[in-house]
Formats: sequence, C-alpha cells, structure tokens
Amino acid sequence: MTIRTPERIVGEGAQVGRSMPRVDAGEKLRGEARYVGDMSVPGMLHGKVLRSPFPHARIISIDVSAALALPGVVAVLTGEDTLDIDPYWGHAIKDRPIVAIGEVRFVGEPVAAVAAEDEATAEAALAEIVVEYEELPVVGTLDDALAADAPLVHDGPIRPGLFHGLGTLPDRDGNICYRYGFERGSVDEVFEQAEIVVEGEYTFPGVYQYAMETHSVIAQWEGGEVTLWATCQHPFLVRAEIAALFDLPLGRVRIIVPYLGGGFGSKSYTKMEPITVALARKAGRPVRIVNRVDESMVTTRRHGAKTWMRTAADRSGRLLAREARVWFDTGAYADNGPRVTATGADSAPGPYRWSGVRVEASCVHTHTAPSGSYRAFGASHVQWAGELQVDEVARRAGIDPVEIRRLNLLTPGEQVRPGGKPLDADLIGDIRKVADALGWDEPREPGIGRGISVGLLAAGAHPVSSAIVRLEADGEAIVLVGSTEMGQGQRTAFAQIAAEVLAMPAERIRCQGTDTRFTPYDRSTGASRSTTLAGLAVQRAAAEVRADLMEIAGKVWPDAGDAVELRDGAAWWKGERRSYPELIARRFGLSGGQLIGEGGVHPEGTGSYAEGPVFWEVCIGAAEVHVDRETGVVSVRRTATVADVGTAINPLLVERQDEGATMQGIGNALLEEMVYREGMLLNDSLLDYRIPTIEDLPPEQVCVIVENADGPGPFGAKGCGEGAFAGIIAAIATAVADAGVRVDELPLTPERVWRSSQGQPKEDAKG
Amino acid sequence: MRETVEISLQVNERAQSLRIEPRETLADVLRDRLGLTGTKVSCDAQVCGACTVLVDGRTVSACTFLAVDADGGAVRTVEGLARDGVLTPLQQAFIDEAAFQCGFCTPGMLMAATALLEENPHPTEDEVKEGLDGNLCRCTGYAPIVAAVLRAAEAGR
Repeated sequence: MTIRTPERIVGEGAQVGRSMPRVDAGEKLRGEARYVGDMSVPGMLHGKVLRSPFPHARIISIDVSAALALPGVVAVLTGEDTLDIDPYWGHAIKDRPIVAIGEVRFVGEPVAAVAAEDEATAEAALAEIVVEYEELPVVGTLDDALAADAPLVHDGPIRPGLFHGLGTLPDRDGNICYRYGFERGSVDEVFEQAEIVVEGEYTFPGVYQYAMETHSVIAQWEGGEVTLWATCQHPFLVRAEIAALFDLPLGRVRIIVPYLGGGFGSKSYTKMEPITVALARKAGRPVRIVNRVDESMVTTRRHGAKTWMRTAADRSGRLLAREARVWFDTGAYADNGPRVTATGADSAPGPYRWSGVRVEASCVHTHTAPSGSYRAFGASHVQWAGELQVDEVARRAGIDPVEIRRLNLLTPGEQVRPGGKPLDADLIGDIRKVADALGWDEPREPGIGRGISVGLLAAGAHPVSSAIVRLEADGEAIVLVGSTEMGQGQRTAFAQIAAEVLAMPAERIRCQGTDTRFTPYDRSTGASRSTTLAGLAVQRAAAEVRADLMEIAGKVWPDAGDAVELRDGAAWWKGERRSYPELIARRFGLSGGQLIGEGGVHPEGTGSYAEGPVFWEVCIGAAEVHVDRETGVVSVRRTATVADVGTAINPLLVERQDEGATMQGIGNALLEEMVYREGMLLNDSLLDYRIPTIEDLPPEQVCVIVENADGPGPFGAKGCGEGAFAGIIAAIATAVADAGVRVDELPLTPERVWRSSQGQPKEDAKG
Repeated sequence: MRETVEISLQVNERAQSLRIEPRETLADVLRDRLGLTGTKVSCDAQVCGACTVLVDGRTVSACTFLAVDADGGAVRTVEGLARDGVLTPLQQAFIDEAAFQCGFCTPGMLMAATALLEENPHPTEDEVKEGLDGNLCRCTGYAPIVAAVLRAAEAGR
C-alpha cells in the first residue's frame, strides 16, 4: 500500500513520475538476463579457492604437486606467485594479500586457488593441496581485540588505499585501525546537571548481506590487457585497484558488468577480482570463479558492533546531550570498515538539537571475516540504540514518543554537523506521516508494542558521475552510464529521466550495463546515489541532445525562436511537425548520424567527506509488534516507512525499495546473526543462517512517499532504499521495548526476548 | 576416464539425449550442457529455491536433483514459459506488480508459482505463501510477489 503526498506531475514530458514497467522486465522474466555465472569465454577455465580452516595460523608449507598432477588441472596459485608485484589491496587500507602470504587471519581466507578444465576437477584438486599450519592465538571478539594484552591481527604500518577518502590515516592503536569522533558544545557539564540521564550498552550482530547471486568473476588476459566480467557495484574503482595491483595503465583494465543478482553493498569495492586476475595470469587462460554461499559469507559481511551510549534531558523531555562510544568489528581486513565507522559515528547523535555531543567510534580488527558495506551501514548499527534512549527519556518525562521527537528534531536548514550540508528534509512532517500510517493513536491490545524511529544517513558518497546520451538516426536513444543495475531499477529511472528531457517515451531508450571501455566514469553504486547523481549526469547529457534538437529545429523554422515545442519524439511549431529522425537527417544530410550529449557531476568544493553529504537520507520507520512473553516470539504486524525522495521518478519502484528494505530490516532485527565462536563461523550456510521468508511478511506494510522536490538530483529527486532499513530495525526495537521487554542485543530471537521478559540472565556469550 | 551414462528427457517439450556423468545435477545439465542459464543456483543446498524447475509437473530443486533421476521425464524451465514470445499471465503479473528486482530468484519463483497455479488455479493469499515458502527473495520483501500470483490467478478466471 502506498500513500503519496502530495500528488505531483513533473515536467512536460510526463515520463518522470509515472510507474512505468521496468525496462529489464522482458529479459528477467524470460530467463534471458545474463549474470556473470551464466557467461563463459573461449578457452575459459574454472577456478576454485582453497580457504583457511583456521582463524589465525602461520603457513609453514604448501605442497601443490599432487594437485598439479591431476589431469585437467592447469594451474595452482599460491602467495608465492604474487611476490613479483605489490600483492596487497584494499580501497581504504591496503592490508589484504591476493592470496595468503605466510599467515592466515580468518577462517575462509584464500590460501591457494586452482584453475582446471571443469569445476569438478578444480574442486577435486583442492583436496590434493597439502598445507601445514601452525595455529596462533585467536582474537575472536571485540572484547578480545580490545584487551590490554591482545595479540595483534596486524602489526605493520597503515598503508592507505586508493579510495579511503578519510584525510590522513593515523597509525594503528593495537587492533584499532581507524578512529573517528567529534565533540561539540558542553557535554560533561550537561550530564552532571541533567534531570534525566539514560545509559546503556547495545550489541549489533555480524550479518550476511546474502545477495542471491554470489560474488563471481571472469578474468581474461589478452594483448597486454585484462578484461573482467565481474559482479561489481563500483566497476571504476575496481578498475583502478586492479590496474594498481598488476601495474597496468587504467585503459588496459576493462570491466564489464552485466546484471547483478543483488548487491546491497556486498559487491561494493574490490572483492574476488584480484585472485581471479592473478589465477588467470598464472594459468595463461581465462578463468571464472563463482563463489559458493559459504564463501561469499566470508568475502564480506556487515560489521558486528558494540555501542555504549548515554543521553541527557530535562524533565520536560528536552534533549540536552548525548555521548556515544561505538566499536565496529571489521574482521581480519579493513574492507570498508573506516567508512562504516565514520558513518556510524555521524549517525550516533540522531537528528536532534543538542547542547553537547561527544562521539568516538573505533574500527577494530578480529580474526573473523572482513566486514564492509551493507545497506544503511552505520545508521543500522546505532540508530536503534539512540532511539531506545529517546523513548526512555519520553517515558520518564511522561510524553509521547512522537511528541518528544517533534520537540527535539532538527528542522530544514539547521546544521546537522559543522561544515556539512544543512538538513534538507522535513523530519517532523515525515514522522507525523509515518505515525499516522501505522495507526499510532489507535488503542493498543495487550502484548502489542508500537515503535517509531527517525535518523539520518549521509548519502550520495562522492559526487562524481558522468553520462552520455546518444539519439540515434531512427529516433531511439541510448544512455551510457557507469552505474550498476543490481535490482534497484536505476536503468528504468535513467530511461525516464532522459525521456523526460527529450520529450519522448522512455520505452524508446536503452540503458545497458557498464563496460569501462565505453561507458563514462561513475564513482560508485551505493549510498543511495544513482538516481540523484548518475541521474543528474543523465539529465545533463540529455539536455545537450535537447539543445542540439532545438538548434536544428531553429534551422527548419528560422522564425520560430523559442516557440518550438518538443513533444512525443518530435519538434512542433504552428501545427507543423518534424520527427527526431527528420531533424537528425536534416543535420547529417543522408540517413545516419547521431546526436551525442555528455553530462557530468563533480564536487562543488574539495569533495571531502566533511563537506558532504550530497543529501541526508531519512531513516524513518514505524512498527507494530506482538510479543509473546511465554515463547519470546516477536511478530511484526504492521510497518510503515517514509521515502522522502524529493521527486519520485518511478513511484512504484520507490515503494519496492522501501518494501525490500523493510524486510531486510525485519531480518536484521529479529533473525539474522553470523554466530562466531573463537573465530569459527558456526552457521555458514542458509540452512543455519536464516533470512526472512515469505511467511515472515507482515500483514500490513505502508510506504509513504514524500515529494517536496527538495533533492539535489534531477527534477528535485533524492535517493532512497537504505534509510528505511535503519528506520525499521530501530522501530522494531523500540516497539518491543514499548511492549515491556528490555532490549539491548539484536537480533531479538525468541530466546533473548524470553530471557529478558522473564528476568533471566543472558545466555553465556561464549557458549 | 570418468563413468558416464546416457539419459533422454524432454526439456521444454524438446527431446534431448545426453551422455553425462552420474554426479551431474539437473542444474548442471540445464545450465552447462543445454545452455539454459535461466535456472539459477544460489544456496546450492535446497534452501533458496532459485533453481526450482518442474519435472513431470512437480517442483524440484535442480541444484540437488540428479540429472539421471530426470531420465525419461519432462522438464520445464523458465525459458519454456512464454509461448511464441507471448508471456504467461503469471509473467505479465510479475511485470505489472514489479514483483522482481535483481531477477535472480525470479525464474525459481515463476516455476514454483506456475506449479502452484496449475494445481490450485485460485489460491488464497495464505495458500500462495505456503506454495512459495521454499523460495527466497532478498530484494522485494515478497509482498509484490504474492500480489502478482493473486493477480495472475484472477486473470486466469
């Protein structure tokens, strides 16, 4: 169910704002859509990876002779084969070897890789590789890692990666590889004098993104170039990392990105590309590696986190100060940990007006799988903690949760963080809408809890995008843009944006996947940025083509001036019509030719993180739950979210984004947890790691689309799809608390809820 | 030399005779030998349903179903749904409801829902959920999929 407020029609082309069918529908419904694992190239071998069985060990020796002797095995790659180059990679911190060199730091770390004529042979060869290990002490948890005498996961200096974007990276402090914090106003003084102080410690689990398509790569070396078909959200960043690793010019690394079977952040930055490229280099033939689910689970995951937080308020419910310390478990390698850490810290205060705030967030190594991006990172980790405290303040002050937020929320134009973009969303309006959508003021039956939550996520990442629009001689258009279609529907949105500008049906516009040889540069696909930034580049590119059309029309009708109208794929003046093919023929004489427009987006200032974000994505959710105190089972009965998108390019796809985010939020809040014991992942398959099924679908879901045309993107648009995730996690947590159960650890499994509701101690974390 | 066996089966109403290794799954044979890559493999453990195909009208997980067990049978995959280029009402309903995003679960969803509607042309919402509870989708949150199957059932009335 969608509520759209207010109803708007944008632009004369009537292409933006309509819920047109997705442009990829035909391919995806006929089974014709190709993903990397469906593709092969001539002479291609199949790669398999031997992974470490130990969380921490020294590699004494590796004997690959028996594996190489197997018929059909072409090459075996080990760390030694990578010593002719600088084999360490990582976009934030260059800490990760292509294959282990002398030491393994998590269960699942690649130790060797085999290329063989078929998958079964490659798999069989793995069993023939003999590795001798010496087990070393394991740092299994955040507490282990932060202990005074903890073994160090890494001890060398920090080597900054190509894309850390975090200013100067300081040296390591024990197992802490990155810190981000800030202090504003007076904090200690306010806490000393405050009438209400709420304090608590909160635990968020490590989580698997589960893009249904696992990480998959084909690598082919040919003529001094390497070509990859890869599951990349950020193909241009991967291109740069591969070029740097293998000492190639950027133009000699080509990345082709077909459809992705989901991403959610798990395919952001570099993942399985280096090992596939190295294996193909060793084999002298193309190689394809397709991860199994248990392999993708340890390729990257969401950080587990621990948050200590306190909030001060006066007895009227006015919020005064907040202090938070957050520790993110980034696993054995940094991956996107530093960015997650900074974003989490920025989310910790929540969008409230404070007299004082102090936040310190740390990115901590353990001997577990590396942690990176997952939808709404940072906000998902800490918003629920902050919102539980706001509700507790409200309870003690005797006011309603909606009212305390109305009293304290920032308003548009107010500063969110010093030097950064001021608030660009109407949060007070948004929470009223989500509360109404949930039925906030309806009477509650026993066992029912309702929760509402609001937060902000720094969205847009780095504002660099470009696009090319080509109007062909037959009047069809092609959009080239380096943003990745991973399910969110951006190819449809781009077609609509270009169509709106060109005043032609979006159905006549093709937008295909990235090929870095032809597609212009785009920074990344993530942080809800594609519609806003790549979409703006598309809009600008289309505007160039439109200007061209107007110029030609000016030659057709020299007296028309500005009175020419573009409509339905043609120029019109005084009842006369010239179709786009006719206009193009007029310019080029004979048939053929092409009108080409380019559009770009780049930072207005230095592009630093502090100047950002591109926009603030709202993280708003509301939930009604039933808590069974006898069994501890929490059932979500109703949810509501707000997609504050400025302008909905395709309202149905906006709604679909929030529905998907809602379900992932339910999974993170109630079901999902990667269970580690002493560095061993106990639930490394979907048999044991449970994600929401169709049976978990709440009976009622409402998505409110808010369109205030206040976004920086095309037609006033701004992104969505992540915020609701953090909003729903926090709404479920606050709803369960509202039902009378103390909540400080996710997911809210029946056992945890039952123990808490019965006043029983928590289970022993060490099992 | 690895052991091989000969199997004969109908795939989307076309007869196929193949010499395969006994260990090969139906997913291997469809994808690697017949080039029918519409059938996806995700969990590889019969949990996610992405590889769902129909063998003699019943849903199976092709990732764990041995191809030799399909010998003599009739297999239907997502590629066989549309006739002469015309989508089935179910496929059309998936478009109308935008009941897919990344598309990776979609072939399995379509096959499971096809089997469901063939057995029970007018399911209730609960029956749809029960029929699809072996198919995971990470993108949509399921609501539009339920709506699409109900819409297709309505269209078939």
